[in-house]
Amino acid sequence: MSLLAVAPALPLHTAGKYVAGAYIVFLALVLIYVGIMATRLSRTERELIELRRDVEAQRSARDPDREREPVA
Amino acid sequence: MTTYGRGLRGLSLAAAATITAALALTFFYAPLDANQGFIQKIFYIHVPLAITALCGFVFGGVLGAMYLRTGDRKWDIRSYVAIHMALIFGIGTLLTGTIWAKASWGHWWVWSDPTLTSFLIVMLLFATYQPLRFSIEDPERQSRYASVFAVVAGAFVPLNFIAVRAAQAYVHPRVLTLTGGNLPGSMRLTFLVALVGVALLYVTLWKYEMAAKSTRMQVRALRRALLGEDSVAPLKRSAAPS
Repeated sequence: MSLLAVAPALPLHTAGKYVAGAYIVFLALVLIYVGIMATRLSRTERELIELRRDVEAQRSARDPDREREPVA
Repeated sequence: MTTYGRGLRGLSLAAAATITAALALTFFYAPLDANQGFIQKIFYIHVPLAITALCGFVFGGVLGAMYLRTGDRKWDIRSYVAIHMALIFGIGTLLTGTIWAKASWGHWWVWSDPTLTSFLIVMLLFATYQPLRFSIEDPERQSRYASVFAVVAGAFVPLNFIAVRAAQAYVHPRVLTLTGGNLPGSMRLTFLVALVGVALLYVTLWKYEMAAKSTRMQVRALRRALLGEDSVAPLKRSAAPS
């Protein structure tokens, strides 16, 4: 708290908007990147689920009497 | 088996903690600059982004050289991701730089400043990396040509940096110099923490992207191995190595 007390008041009326803008740009870039990566991750997850289903189907087609075991 | 995900959690936490510390130091510890005032706070993000982006381009060149030496495509993928990440950091540098220029100089862009213009040249040079890759269909040739480009363009970065530093006529502020720079202790500490934070963010995102690429490739390879070649749709033409 003492650190906050001695901190200079942020001059948001003048230069503050530019400083805020620069840091928002940085944050936005990181967030957009993480968002894109999250979309790609969900695509990979979907592919993995599909693959698991295909392997299960192939297994049961090959050996219908075999007790079903989860792939992973 | 992918190894890129190893240590990613720790690295992510370290990057987040360092960047948070840097932000706290920037706004609550570092004093206001006597000349520029509050605007100078932009430097704590702008300069680390610029340094990390330039180092990222050089890193991409080193990894490209490793590909040319070994012929192992994992080096090409690493080089591609390093340059891809450096481009994102470079865009951040340009945007934060123009915001600072507008606040300080009253113009979004000043063509007479060698630092600004040379950074733009480096960015434009590396902006051709993805179209170059996309223009080559054969994956092996794509990797080889892209690696040659990465090495040559990567070598251009420090040369360009030295040339600009050697220039006498400049208006761009010099934050760091060989004689110790223009930063007092508290500002220097803040700057160094910010630099470490941004560098850690670069490494984290590089590993994150590598882990994602590696996982996708493994899923494809597994599908091919388990269900046969026909089960995998042919890859579309892409700038990204596959």
